[in-house]
Amino acid sequence: MSLQQVQEQGRSGSFISDLQRILRENIREYAMYIALFVIMVVFAILTKGVFISSRNLSNLLNQTGYIAVLAVGMTLVIVIRHIDLSVGFLAGFLGAVAAIALSSWGLPTLIVIPMVLILGILAGLITAFPVAKLGIPSFVASLAGWLIFRGALQVVTAGTGTIIISDDSFNAIGNAFIPDIPNIGILNEVHKLTLLLGVAAIAWFVYSEIQNRKTKISYQFEVLPFEIFVLKLVFISVVVGAITWILANYNGLSWTVVIMLLVVAVYHFVSTKTVLGRHIYAVGGNPEAAELSGINVKRIVFIVFGSMGMLSALSGILYASRLQSATTTAGTLFELDAIAAAYVGGVSAAGGVGKVTGSIIGALVMTSLTSGMNLMSVDIAYQYIVRGAVLAAAVIFDVYTRRSS
Amino acid sequence: MQTPILEMQAITKEFPGVKALKDVSFKVARGEIHCLVGENGAGKSTLMKVLSGVYPFGSYSGDIVFDGEVQRFRSIRDSERAGIAIIYQELALIPDLTVYENIFLGNEIAQRGLINWNETIKQAKQMLDMVRLSVNPEAKVRDLGVGKQQLVEIAKALSRNVKLLILDEPTAALNEDDSENLLDLLRGLREQGVTCIMISHKLKEVISIADSVTVLRDGQTICTLDAHKGEVNEQVLIKHMVGRELDNIYPKRESQGFGDIILQVRDWNAYSPALGRQVLHNINFHVRRGEIVGFAGLMGSGRTELALSIFGNPSGYKLSGELRLNDIPQHFQQPEDAIRAGIAYVSEDRKGNGLVLIQDIKQNITLANLQAISRHQIVDDNAEIRIANEYRQSINIKTPSIEQRVSKLSGGNQQKVCLAKWLFVAPDILILDEPTRGIDVGAKFEIYSLMNRLVSQGMSIIMISSELPEVLGMSDRIYIVSSGRITGELPIEEATQEKIMYLATL
Repeated sequence: MSLQQVQEQGRSGSFISDLQRILRENIREYAMYIALFVIMVVFAILTKGVFISSRNLSNLLNQTGYIAVLAVGMTLVIVIRHIDLSVGFLAGFLGAVAAIALSSWGLPTLIVIPMVLILGILAGLITAFPVAKLGIPSFVASLAGWLIFRGALQVVTAGTGTIIISDDSFNAIGNAFIPDIPNIGILNEVHKLTLLLGVAAIAWFVYSEIQNRKTKISYQFEVLPFEIFVLKLVFISVVVGAITWILANYNGLSWTVVIMLLVVAVYHFVSTKTVLGRHIYAVGGNPEAAELSGINVKRIVFIVFGSMGMLSALSGILYASRLQSATTTAGTLFELDAIAAAYVGGVSAAGGVGKVTGSIIGALVMTSLTSGMNLMSVDIAYQYIVRGAVLAAAVIFDVYTRRSS
Repeated sequence: MQTPILEMQAITKEFPGVKALKDVSFKVARGEIHCLVGENGAGKSTLMKVLSGVYPFGSYSGDIVFDGEVQRFRSIRDSERAGIAIIYQELALIPDLTVYENIFLGNEIAQRGLINWNETIKQAKQMLDMVRLSVNPEAKVRDLGVGKQQLVEIAKALSRNVKLLILDEPTAALNEDDSENLLDLLRGLREQGVTCIMISHKLKEVISIADSVTVLRDGQTICTLDAHKGEVNEQVLIKHMVGRELDNIYPKRESQGFGDIILQVRDWNAYSPALGRQVLHNINFHVRRGEIVGFAGLMGSGRTELALSIFGNPSGYKLSGELRLNDIPQHFQQPEDAIRAGIAYVSEDRKGNGLVLIQDIKQNITLANLQAISRHQIVDDNAEIRIANEYRQSINIKTPSIEQRVSKLSGGNQQKVCLAKWLFVAPDILILDEPTRGIDVGAKFEIYSLMNRLVSQGMSIIMISSELPEVLGMSDRIYIVSSGRITGELPIEEATQEKIMYLATL
């Protein structure tokens, strides 16, 4: 977009027509945010406000955690044109390993967590080996992993069945909230640290968006018209502010949400700002071109599957901690929830397209559906049907908008 | 003389921006073997696609008269029904089905939807006898050699009572025995009254088998020669094939002499496990600093395979021989190694393996050298924008923004993005594979000028090209490649289109 065109656009029309044009042009990007917003509003109305109560929203975010971290890893796996079906039972199995290490071996949480994460990385690398080195389809290689980890989970829980975890610090990960700062006289009844973090996040977001816009203008790149830019800042700030306020009125941020936000932040940074991230998306966009550009495609496959294994371990930790135990069926269908979340979040099976942030929104959409329908006491059978329809609609929409653009 | 079996009159076929066929007339007599020759891009394949209905009636202008009737083929099915069968270079057999299943695929012997397998096998045997192929019809096609697979294709065509058989470079992938066998078979079919059109680049074959030969050049019929009147010989064919005037579109460069030998390849052999055959035989060549070395030859002659085998061997050939860079032996395991050692390869297939089409210009330009704009593995977005803008200006990439997706650029601009990507790597040796294929004259000139600028700065260029004028206009020295061998080396002073074409069709 040349300067001239930018100027023309600046002149082009009223606020409303600009808004319509920008929504139309970026419908793919905004659609899932709009969908999430619509779903939340609909459930808020249908449940007479219970859905957006502090307690429910807090629960909803905590429930999203262990799927969301899987969805983040799965996004990158799908971006490089692969799939990993083994993540659910790997999470279940490693959750059980963590439970055994805590309960039977008496290891402290601070040792168990890195140990389990490393085991996860190793498991991911083992899945990657036949895929990268032997050219075995990842569907098959990870299906083998699905069976193996399912069996392994049953082996380690065979003796006792459910393994109860009594380590408080471990259980805090899935159940406790961040501490608050001491009362200072105002806002005594809300969680002040959460509120502070929310305000800081908004400030940082507004600052970085303005900096980004300045840079783009200095290179004469296309930017949003000023009014719409302001609208975007206000809208996102209000949404973040509202969620922060709602959470602060309950117990504040939970550790699960903090971990989830950290994972998203790190993966978003790596995937958009680093050499590794560029290489991952190039391999997904055109593996042959990437290889001829000197990128070691096999190495990328190992890294992405290794990271997937690590996030599976994290998911297993979050889940075991939330239940305060490891069960024989932990992790069942996690992989499909994560894949669904990634697709709802806009990842493309053709490779090279899909954002980490999108997959989190996808995970929130799917959990919101479950949570909302639970509140309305919808039968579980119909819940599956509704979620299936939403997944199909998301993918059809994605393919349709891709074709028309 | 009998009425011809086929008469194509005033055929014109246009693609966006290109006239592939201009007023082409083509006549084939009943019962003859008619060869169609011409350079790559002369329009042979396009003409055959018009004839077989791949380009349906209405997408071209002109008339097709076949077997005494004006034909309007809307699809390949229509032309098959009329009795025309076309056999492409890439065989259209299904490897995991048996020979007899393949022969009758799409033409099954069946009653009420149930296939009569016994009858199928019996008839398949007859067809195989006709093409003199003694294999078990129950064998899987995968287990046959390429030569035998070709015969199965012909058997498949014969099973449909073909009147006109078209073969597109049938011997390109065959060894000499199989080729001779195939030519014998075609002579045999001629006895039985089957008319045959054969596209071939191997002029010796053409001379040995053709009753008449039509030469195409730049989408036009140049002449039709009658072999029985002694009109066909190699010199005449080559003259007609290359007879184009050399246009003066090649910018001059001041030659300041060349430096030392930078790349030396000796006794280089490559075997492709995937294809199951040797793709390169005993290749020897060298490149000096500041030199443009042309690699001429026809498509499929092994030039791209040679380039890739040097560039880190991404296709996984089994290699033997010696590769020396600045007199140091090298064993590249992957393209990454070759790039580090100072070699860059600009692919002939921009869209297939040159560019990441869904990404934008700046991301494509920096892809092969992200480390140069990164600190601690974090990409500096501003540096990337600066670099991309520099190349956009210096090699004139015409685009509204470097944030434009490369899939939206024209061929010439896409090629410039490819070049920019490799220039940013700053290699010592730049391999350009068909650098100007499918791009317009203006962009061609810019790319030639850029090549001259690069060699004057001391870079060496290996240019692979099927366009003879380009090879002659740009190279300092020329190697000619044919069937995976180097069949000749010509200094630019001695090179002519005729000599190159002679060596390329050996």
